[in-house]
Amino acid sequence: MSIRPSNESEVVALLSAAGPAFELVAGGTKRGIGRPVAGTMLDLSALSGVVDYQPGELVLTARPATALGQIQELLRAQGQRLGFEPPDAAVLGAPGNQTLGGVLMANSSGSRRVTAGSARDHLIGLRAVNGRGEAFVGGGRVVKNVTGFDLPKALAGSWGTLAVLTEVTVRVIPAAEFESTLLFAADSTPLAVELCARGLGSMFEVSSAALVPGRGVALRLEGLMKSVASRLTGLLGALKQSPHTVLEGAQSEEFWRQVGAVAALARFPVIWRLLVPPRQAARIIGEIEPEEFQLDWGGGLIWVGAQQVDAGRVRGALHGGHATLIKASAAERGAHAVFEPQAAALAAVAARFKSAFDPDHRLNPGRMS
Amino acid sequence: MLVPMICLAQPDAATIARKATILTGLRSVLDAADVIDDDLLLRAYETDALTAYRQRPLAVVLPNTTAQVAAVLRFAQQQGLRIVPRGAGTSLSGGAVPVADAIVVGMGRFNRILDIDYEDRVVVAQSGVTNLAISQAVAARDFYYAPDPSSQIACTIGGNVAENSGGVHCLKYGLTTHNVLGIEMVTPEGEILRLGGRHLDAGHYDLLGLMIGSEGLLGIVTEVTVRILPKPQSARALLIGFGTAHGASACVAAVIAAGIIPAGLEMMDAPAIRAAEDFVQAGYPLAVAALLIVELDGPQAEVNELITRVHELANRHGASSCRASRDEAERLRFWAGRKAAFPAVGRISPDYLCMDGSIPRQQLAPVLESIAALSVRHGLRVANVFHAGDGNLHPLILYDANVPGELARAEAFGSDILKLCVDVGGVLTGEHGVGIEKRDLMTYQFGPTDLLVQHRIKWAFDPQLRFNPGKVFPALSRCSEQGREHVHAGAAARHADLPRF
Repeated sequence: MSIRPSNESEVVALLSAAGPAFELVAGGTKRGIGRPVAGTMLDLSALSGVVDYQPGELVLTARPATALGQIQELLRAQGQRLGFEPPDAAVLGAPGNQTLGGVLMANSSGSRRVTAGSARDHLIGLRAVNGRGEAFVGGGRVVKNVTGFDLPKALAGSWGTLAVLTEVTVRVIPAAEFESTLLFAADSTPLAVELCARGLGSMFEVSSAALVPGRGVALRLEGLMKSVASRLTGLLGALKQSPHTVLEGAQSEEFWRQVGAVAALARFPVIWRLLVPPRQAARIIGEIEPEEFQLDWGGGLIWVGAQQVDAGRVRGALHGGHATLIKASAAERGAHAVFEPQAAALAAVAARFKSAFDPDHRLNPGRMS
Repeated sequence: MLVPMICLAQPDAATIARKATILTGLRSVLDAADVIDDDLLLRAYETDALTAYRQRPLAVVLPNTTAQVAAVLRFAQQQGLRIVPRGAGTSLSGGAVPVADAIVVGMGRFNRILDIDYEDRVVVAQSGVTNLAISQAVAARDFYYAPDPSSQIACTIGGNVAENSGGVHCLKYGLTTHNVLGIEMVTPEGEILRLGGRHLDAGHYDLLGLMIGSEGLLGIVTEVTVRILPKPQSARALLIGFGTAHGASACVAAVIAAGIIPAGLEMMDAPAIRAAEDFVQAGYPLAVAALLIVELDGPQAEVNELITRVHELANRHGASSCRASRDEAERLRFWAGRKAAFPAVGRISPDYLCMDGSIPRQQLAPVLESIAALSVRHGLRVANVFHAGDGNLHPLILYDANVPGELARAEAFGSDILKLCVDVGGVLTGEHGVGIEKRDLMTYQFGPTDLLVQHRIKWAFDPQLRFNPGKVFPALSRCSEQGREHVHAGAAARHADLPRF
């Protein structure tokens, strides 16, 4: 059974009256992420459409179920884009159309996140309905805003467990004129992480830094064509690594699309996503000894491909940071903590924060538990 | 001395009557010298940079360790005491103004940088370290911390977290919230929490994102982990004059529409230009209605190319003058007038109020026109300095508190400006915070349910409402008047020497 509200008022009506718990679904590509949810399906796909887009403001307002592809196309036509580079969901989720709201509720960001900020950083305003059936606004339509608590930050990445989005406003940025990617073979993980750190810490404005299975270390440069060319020369001189390959323009864009989608790990039934201090990446890889892995964000994001969930081994390797079991069977996601367990004092605050929005656990119950 | 227009939170007489017991209790968890109750010494803590509002607290404590902060807060919890967190006291919105029955927790002793990690590009600092000290600590290796509020020489990184501080470079490099990776904090119950760390993004709810900009309502920050950036290879600025504010606004829109994100994009109107030029002789053109400062930074090849492009856009939008900085000294000279704009205006008027609205960029010209019309209606002069790139306005309303009725007119003018910002799709405050200053206008921007949702977050952290009472949210009982930032030439204003932008 599913219920398909056609506007915000109908969402309010559903949640302000006593009733069942809901599983929130729009594009459906991320239904397999998180603890399995038991609830009536709340089909939000009707809450779609771009509400306002003025390129000169670098801001776009849309209803949350608007297809991400539609928004990207609209922005591309104006020479703009989403700075956080939302990745393709095909490997990590179910096939289908990602929505803008889904990407924001998952705080899903691609390789450029390390320098341009996350999905959360680009969400500046929202309308939503909490589990009590109260419609509210947070943030605004201006980039600079410190009026009241920063609800957009608090709701991004909450996986639909706090409120049902009904409208979102995101910052957009000008698309780069050109991009190039420098590829090196990496003899070892520590060397790869070191090269990433040197690139990101250089004055050459490296925008992404990854270690990709079968491809090696990749450093991306974006901007004016003239500037990319001169920075490439400077970077090569500074890193003193050879041999190297350079991918340019569309080739480079396609390369990073694959990195964002974690295409290299597509064959694995189990995928972990680890966010760690980059300098620990090599040690963590050494301890986990994964069958396959990919580093992004200069080593700060580790994707681990495995045949089996081995939570103790993965989480045991962390000293700071956290691990999310992003892909596994429903049975395994029911049996293991998908999200990193929190210390008791923090968990208590988080539970009260959750209750402020959804005291009766009507929205995606248990998904983040 | 001015009579405050805004009600501070009402003190509880019974708490004040227990002062001796409370002091004994505080001295049992801290060194006696770190608990201040001497009336003369308390005067240093009676206000922040919103100097019209003064109130001596019950006591000030200066803890040295996180464990001591936790001990103080557990004691306060047992005793039902109210707490006012304080960094350097540079808030322009009254965020650190005490309450008579409250304990001010001063974080000045938390002044050590704990770690600098160039490989991971992070600095871990105690919360009382100044903003500028972080950049200075990493300058030798050509790194810096991007958010640069004008008070950066004095303001603390913990205060920046509380206010989500900005600065002139946030159009390109973001606000505090985009540059902080983690904090250690103590809750109103005295629990020590770590949010975030040296990694990116939250693993569960993003309570770090919630804490940043929470204005001391949810806890006390004891340690902050920030990301640092390599310094740009080069930076150049353009100084562009326009015969009309419309021309300048259109140029701002054209720069953004051309896909250029300047490191800084500032605008001043004629009264502000004249005041600044008289004060610091920056070489500003005086026969213009509006002046833009556009700064580009990054790789040399890119900066030079963008300078040319912006120059062309300026000409196309009717610029009457346009100069590009040829060297670092000239670039700094372009900025000197802008950075001295507030004190410069302070020289031409006995008093001024500084507003901090934020609006969509395309509304710049119409809002300037409306402000001019309001200026006529209220019979008071105004000088405008804007962070034009991100639509953040700082109109300075000139008045003389010694002229009967003029202060009330200035406040009514200011209130009209902030309402105008909300009316055109903007917000009450872009970077100074709500504090007590804009508290009573919150109901103009937010509906009752919006505020209730925010109140519930407050209750989740601080159910007894003991932290920073009377700030941000309109109290149940409130004064009908609304006030703004008051700067009085005659008063010994704190931090009057700081540049303000």
